[in-house]
Parts: sequence; C-alpha cells; structure tokens
Amino acid sequence: MSARMLNGRLIGAIDCDAHNAVPSVQALYPYLSAYWTDLMTDGGHPSLEPNYYPVNCALAARPGSRLAKGPPGSDSAVFISQVLDDTGARRAIINCLYGVQMLHNEYWAAAMATAVNDWLAAEWLAKDARLSASILVAPQNPATAALEIEKRAADRRFVQVLLLARSQMPLGKSFYWPIYEAAARHNLPVCVHAGGGFGHPPMPVGWQYYYLEEYLAVAQGFQGQLTSLVMEGVFSKFPGLKVVFAESGFTWLPSLLWRLDKNWKGLRREVPWIDRLPSEIIKQHLCLTLQPLDEPTDMRQLLQVIDQLESDELLLFSTDYPHWQYDDEGPLPPGLPAETERKIIHANAERIYRFHA
Amino acid sequence: MLEELMDAPARRNKTVYPFIDCDIHNYIASDAVLMQYLDPKWHNHHRTFGHRSHPVLAFHGSQYPRIAGVGKRLDAAPPSGLPTGADFEFFRLQHLDSQPLEYGILNCLSRASDQLHEEYDGALCRAMNDWQLEEWLKPDDRMRGSIIVPYENADLAAEEIDRMAADPRHVQVLLKPRTKEPLGRRRYWKIYEAAERHGLPIGLHFGGYSINPPTSGGWPSFYIEDHTSMTQAFQSHVISLICEGVFDRFPSLRFIMIEGGFAWLPSLMWRMDKHWKRLAAEVPHVIRRPSEIIREHLRFTTQPMEEPPKHEYLMQFFEHCGSDDLLMFATDYPHWDYDSPERVLAGIPDQLKRKIFIENARSIYNLAPRVSDR
Repeated sequence: MSARMLNGRLIGAIDCDAHNAVPSVQALYPYLSAYWTDLMTDGGHPSLEPNYYPVNCALAARPGSRLAKGPPGSDSAVFISQVLDDTGARRAIINCLYGVQMLHNEYWAAAMATAVNDWLAAEWLAKDARLSASILVAPQNPATAALEIEKRAADRRFVQVLLLARSQMPLGKSFYWPIYEAAARHNLPVCVHAGGGFGHPPMPVGWQYYYLEEYLAVAQGFQGQLTSLVMEGVFSKFPGLKVVFAESGFTWLPSLLWRLDKNWKGLRREVPWIDRLPSEIIKQHLCLTLQPLDEPTDMRQLLQVIDQLESDELLLFSTDYPHWQYDDEGPLPPGLPAETERKIIHANAERIYRFHA
Repeated sequence: MLEELMDAPARRNKTVYPFIDCDIHNYIASDAVLMQYLDPKWHNHHRTFGHRSHPVLAFHGSQYPRIAGVGKRLDAAPPSGLPTGADFEFFRLQHLDSQPLEYGILNCLSRASDQLHEEYDGALCRAMNDWQLEEWLKPDDRMRGSIIVPYENADLAAEEIDRMAADPRHVQVLLKPRTKEPLGRRRYWKIYEAAERHGLPIGLHFGGYSINPPTSGGWPSFYIEDHTSMTQAFQSHVISLICEGVFDRFPSLRFIMIEGGFAWLPSLMWRMDKHWKRLAAEVPHVIRRPSEIIREHLRFTTQPMEEPPKHEYLMQFFEHCGSDDLLMFATDYPHWDYDSPERVLAGIPDQLKRKIFIENARSIYNLAPRVSDR
C-alpha cells in the first residue's frame, strides 16, 4: 500500500494501533536483573510471543511484512518504512503484544513489563519522533502496575496504558481501579486490546475448536468488558478516564448501546451509581480503533452503522499493522463525510491523546 | 372461535394483529405436583440429594438473582395464590383470551435440564414433559410446547426427543445457551440428529448454568451484566454452529434463538464473512458464506426488543441482514421484561409486521393457520 494508492487520504493520519514485536526473549535481557536472566537462561529462554495470530496463517502478516529473520514487526526500520513512510501517517502508536499478561507469576510479569517498556523506549521510541507507545503493565497486581504507570508518565512518548480483553476478571471490577486511578491522574487513556488469556475460554460458552472461532469471538469479549466498565461505575469513579478499544471491531456497538439502555431502564436500581443512559456514558468515555473493520460489502450500510453511533468522535484510525486486515481498498473505508474522515484519521486521536500538530 | 379471538382485543386496541407468541413460560406449582409425574424410582434420590447444579447453592439459588419481582410481572400473580406462571386458568384468562393469539409456545425453564446428575436430570425432564403435556398442552388447542431435555448428555436428550416427538403439540427441542461447550461441538450432534429425524427445530432460550464465565474476561458482578451478556453467548453459538459445519451435516435443521436479541446479527454476519474469507483454509467444510447459512438456518425472537433511539435504525436491521424472514414475535410472559404486542412493532410496515407476528413462526414451526391474518 502506498500513500498514492489512497490518493493521499492517509497523509497526516495517526495510526492508533500498530504492532511491533519482541524479536526474541533474549533481546530483553539487557533490561532484566540477573535473578531473572539466570532463571530464564536455565529455563531455555522461554518465549512469551503470544499465539493470537498463528504465525503462518494468512491473517498474521500482510503481504510484504514478513521478515527474513524474526516475527513480523520486529525490525524497527521496516516498521517505520511500512507504517509511516509508505502511508504518509504522521504518528503511530505501538501496542507491543507480548505474553506478559498471561503469566501466573506476578513478579515475573511485572519484571517483563518493565523490561519491555525500557526496550521500547531505548530501541524504538528513540529512533523516530513519530513513534508513540502504550505502557505495558502486569494487571496480575494492579498496585505494581500503577507504579509502572507512575514511572513512565513523565515520558510523553508513552501515551496510554495497555490492558488486554481476555482478563482474569472483568475489567470494571474494583480490583483494577489502582490502574485507572494512576492513568486518570496522568491523563493517560487506558487501551484495551484484543488478546490475553488467563484460563477463561474465549467464548462465554466454552472452548472453541477452530482459530477462526477464537478470532470471531474477540468482539464478544469486548462487549462483556464494556458492560463491566460501565456497570461497575468506573466512569463515575474516574470521570476523566478515557478507554480505547483496539482491534475490537465497532459495528457491534450500536446494538449493545440499545440493549444496555433498555436494560438500565428496567434494572437500574441494582446499579444506582449509573445515573444516566449507559449510551451517554460510553460516548463520553470510549473510543474504538478502525481495523479490523467488520464491514458489509455494501459501503452504504457501513455509513449507516457509523450514523447509528450518533457521534463522530468515537473512531480512531488504525491499520493493525502487520496483521492482514485489508487488501487494495486500504484501511480507510470510502465515502466518509469529509468532517467524519478528518476526525477519524487524526482529530479524535489528537483530542484524547493530547497530541498537538 | 375466530370471532372471539378477533373481537376481544379489537374492543381494546384496534392495532393488535393476530400473533403467535414464541416465548411463554409455565411453572410447576409445587414439588408435590412434580412428584406425581416423577418416576417413583427417583423419589428417594430427589428427596435425599435433590437439586445440584453448577452454582453451588441449594434450593435453586442464583448468583445473579432476578431483581424485578423475582423476574416476573407483578400483575401476573394469580389470585388463586399459586406461584406466578403456575395457574393455567389464570394464564388462559390473562394472556390467551385477552389477545388475538393464534398459538402460544411454551418454554419451561425450571426444575430440569441443568443438573450435574445426568440420569436424575433425565428423569426430571421426563416428569416435566409429561406434566406440561397433561396440564398445559392438552387443555387448550392454542398451546404448543418445547421438549425439555438434559442437553449436556446427548444420548439421554435424544431418547427424550424420541419419546415426546410423536405428540404433534411439541414443536421444538429446548436448549439453553449457558452450555458446557459451544453448541457446534460433536457432543451435541445426537440431539440434532434426533431433532432432524422428527422435523423439529432447536429452540435455544436465554438461561442455563455453566462452568464457563459469562464473559471471556471472567465473572461479572451484577444481574444487569449477566442479563446483557447473554447476547454474547448466543453470538458464540452462532459462530460455533457455522464453523463446525452443523448445518452441512444436518441440512434440514433449524435453530431458533429465543430471547437473545437480534440487532447484533448484521455485525456478526459481516465479521464472519470477512474473516472466513481470510481463514477459509482452516474450515474447508464451510463452503458457503456464513451469512447465507445463517439466513437459511437461524431464526430469532424479538423480545427483549432492542430499542434504538431512531426508528430508521430498526428498519436498517432488515436491510443489513438481507431478510424479512428471520424475526418472530415473542412476549416472554410472565417475565418482567415482557414485550407488549401493542407496542414493540409500532411503525413497522404492515406486511413486515405480519411476517414477524405470525407468518415466520407458522413457517418455521409448520403451524396451520387458525385465524385470518387480515
């Protein structure tokens, strides 16, 4: 894909979800103490590369993104060239997916999260001023996660906190509130990205058979997380907090807003801290990234769904690089009204991340 | 009969169409009544060990208690003092006779189908089916029923389907979405084989208890979350049924998604079509677009009707899913979130309304017309 292919529509875009990759676990050893590197060396250098995308399946890497050595996204020069130079995007937010959140040893998880953040700062963010990143935290212990947020907050290259959708508990639970308290205090949005896995099946009805099912079910996981974040009162407790759903899809959102509003009318005395329609709360606090776009073949219907959101401030441009989510049509759907397109490709991101042109 | 049906509501509200109610709930009045129908060889077990289900609570306790009148309409409590939903004569008066109801389909949710002891569960299902036939189906020719089965044991479930299917008043097999495994898995296929053999669709109704948390991120705190999240269980079953090739294996099988919502369907169809294309190599047995299979094999009941802020969004649903045949009206009597036939389809064009109120259900359940549908 090139900037010219989309007639320059992506020039100046902010890509709110692009993935680099840790080339091998040893790349993090310079950022870990001897206690951990000794144990990990004894353990055969255990890879924490997640299996969200089986490595050789079509979805895992778009044509041209596979590397001679290392997983797609692990070479910063190729990443910068393909994500920024080729598209004309002016900024990309790196969500580094590494299996820290799945570890059962919370101390190891916290050490790995710190190491990944140090590695990102030194070996990625230092290379190009157009790169931003999410702060990796180990949600296994929210108090420790909050300390990691404190540590990074002064470094403005880190623009949000990264959590994953398949969590140990629903993300609205007060267990996680120390993370939200720290994020809100530093005006950092919390990004909930697809992935994770702590033992619960990816489907609320048990373990699926195929990878296709697991990938499809990602959207249902986000619906559960949104319901939890709203109903537990996270946004009443932290009124300045913004949440970004990444790689969640968004065409499911209108139907969930209608359902939540109806159920709130019938059952609101169970959750008296929710004092207005859930759809209003969600539109004030939530943004969603564009790709993967679960779009109909008829683009007019997609525009109708975007209308059903009744807000043009919810969507954030993303490519989901290097995952193969679109072909020649590119990451941005055709036919968007000019003002909506401007907001999607950069204005909404500027607002919630406080980027200044 | 026809005149009676048409006259009563016409006096009250001329806008009510004749309809088939695809979701009505009946309850057994007491344990004593259950014992009349339970095979005597299970009486001792029933008294000694009794109810044991996934939530480790006695007396059918629930981790997410219904908060609205124990989940039931307050005005549906019968003057007889029997529990709500357990007095057939009061039900007939309040629900059947006061509206132009062509058929009412019973989905009995309590007492059976969620026991850890599967043989005992099978005995409870037999008792409940026999009770339902005698006390709810035989007394009124408008009534139709769903066969209650111990669905986590497909062998026992298939036996019960074979036992009950001969009576034409049974129009479907009842499952609930909080299952042990996604419903496309082979462990459930004997149920589909039996249902297909008897020409019965599967009715998948809101509810059940499971080892699996209601979200992929664990157990939520509140009933409002449990209730909202049930739609995600339905979506997951749709994914599983299609990806596991259930409808290739059982080409005449139909699934009716009851009380699971429907507005989410277009988005799921799009997502499935899109990713199926990229990952087709993994599921070579899925040779048609998922959305096509869905339109042919799945149906959805309306209640609890998603209520978008603008009527045009509702009309867009029909365009987005590419069919007028998928929705069927249901009230959910006597539950708290009952949808009134006088209100929920307001503003929908007459021809479409007729399909949702009566024609789509007649077609899927093979029900002979009893009233003129104008």
